[in-house]
Amino acid sequence: MSNPLKHLLFSCGTVVLAAMLPGMQNPAQAQGGRGAGRGAAAQPPPTARAAAPFDPTGYWVSVITNNWRVRMVPPPLSDYRDVPLTDAAKKIADAWDPAVDEAAHNECKYYGAASLMFQPTRLHITWQDDQTLRMDTDAGTQTRIFRFGKDKAAAGQRSWQGDSVASWEARRPPAGRGMNDSPGRYLKVTTTNMLAGYLRKNGIPYSENAVLTEYYDLFQYPDGTTMMIVTIAVDDPQFLNRQYIVIAHFKKESDASKWDPSPCSARW
Amino acid sequence: MWRAACIVIALLVACVETFSQGLAGLPAPEGVDLTGSWVSQQWTEGGGPGGANDRKPYDFLGIPMSDAAKAWALSHSEERLSEPERQCGFYTPVYHAFGFGPMNLWREDEYQAGTTLAWVIGGFQDFKPQVMWMDGRAHPGEYAPHRVEGFTTGVWKDDVLVTTTTHMTQGLMHRRAPHSDRATLTMRFSRHDNILSVTGRVDDPIYLTAPLYVSKEWTLAPGAPRNRAVPPCTIAFEGISEGQVQRFLPGQNPNVDEMTRLWGIPVEAAAGGEETMYPEYRKKLKNTYVRPKKVYRQD
Repeated sequence: MSNPLKHLLFSCGTVVLAAMLPGMQNPAQAQGGRGAGRGAAAQPPPTARAAAPFDPTGYWVSVITNNWRVRMVPPPLSDYRDVPLTDAAKKIADAWDPAVDEAAHNECKYYGAASLMFQPTRLHITWQDDQTLRMDTDAGTQTRIFRFGKDKAAAGQRSWQGDSVASWEARRPPAGRGMNDSPGRYLKVTTTNMLAGYLRKNGIPYSENAVLTEYYDLFQYPDGTTMMIVTIAVDDPQFLNRQYIVIAHFKKESDASKWDPSPCSARW
Repeated sequence: MWRAACIVIALLVACVETFSQGLAGLPAPEGVDLTGSWVSQQWTEGGGPGGANDRKPYDFLGIPMSDAAKAWALSHSEERLSEPERQCGFYTPVYHAFGFGPMNLWREDEYQAGTTLAWVIGGFQDFKPQVMWMDGRAHPGEYAPHRVEGFTTGVWKDDVLVTTTTHMTQGLMHRRAPHSDRATLTMRFSRHDNILSVTGRVDDPIYLTAPLYVSKEWTLAPGAPRNRAVPPCTIAFEGISEGQVQRFLPGQNPNVDEMTRLWGIPVEAAAGGEETMYPEYRKKLKNTYVRPKKVYRQD
């Protein structure tokens, strides 16, 4: 290579590199800001408990300001208005008899995961371990287990509460260069493997093929009130014509003084 | 010559890099994108049993109404809405995101600075567009005039849009319970994939003894028509002449026991009140609720 050509390439390379240098610094700075520099040792992902964007633990009481008439009292037989039931499901609901459930010891059919959170109840939420949330309800004395870190629930024996897989979900995808990461996350819980149950205490059925997806938000208000808002989506290819979504409100309580466990009841 | 060419190339590279940095240097869009047409199947309250579609004139179940609100409700006649003076009265934002119809949301930007001026809920029939100012402006003073649409500001908190509305006129809220012109509405727009959960909290020192929480679920409906403006309201004769005020005198409201007749629910519960919001109220209902033998059908 001739000397003038070498000189030209060297000069151009130097100038171009100098021009690009500021742009190359940004990603490095961003990474450094998160403590994830190239030289840092790989860290294990934080546990679900450590990664929690909010604290869901404690005692909560449902605040029944919506759909009161079908939540606070058992609605009449065949009152399935506003639930997108298939014709087959309506026939089942029309034939519902609580005595049959009692005789078969199925009083807890209305306390399954797909309807439990929409009931008037209190919740007690605790961390069972670093990867597992436990939720107890005083209505029907039920227990739900939310397992983090699994893509798929273990297919064990069906139960009223099914198998729940939980994750902290960002509200938006990871941001690109020059944009902030999503600061807000919510709890998403997907439940399958449930026993067939009722959406209302009048025999409106959901099948064992139903999939329950819940989204938990926690909001704090200036007066000190903490509310947990649960968006409940039920998909059931057997008994629902389309996705059924409702929202339940829970207010944080300071202690267990109003905790009032009651057994499942098919009638009240 | 080679040196000149090299300098030009370097300048071009520098320009491109600087330009890309400039774009990246603009304020990143705040929060999540809520833009679009949202529809609700009305499962949560809006059209659900006990909700607006199934609304009865005296159904305040689970609403923490004060004695003043209960007195107002006893005198209230739905025919008021047909009074010529009130036909174009519109609903306040307390009803908007929790009532009927689609909800169109869009963002208004300040184009030079690239910042967000406001988020807007489009108008629909009897709702005025609700502008939710995001530019940090203050709410009007205490004695500023109140308008039906009120005055709303918003901030992003953990990627949830949190809005505060004040300076509304007196209006109707959840299941047509009253709110006063001193009410404050706080709304939270929380997006989960293509489900938008809107939660409202109403604080009202006149008509509520505790905050009222109301929520509604929305799903994204691409391609649904967008209503950016309100169609003109034309006053028509709906059976009530100008100057006639529709109301019930004390003791003459014929609807008070309707929830009892149709659904077996005690009158005391239908009147609302804070205690009706909580699970322990079921103990009172256990001996007073009479489950209807068959379902009442409106249609």
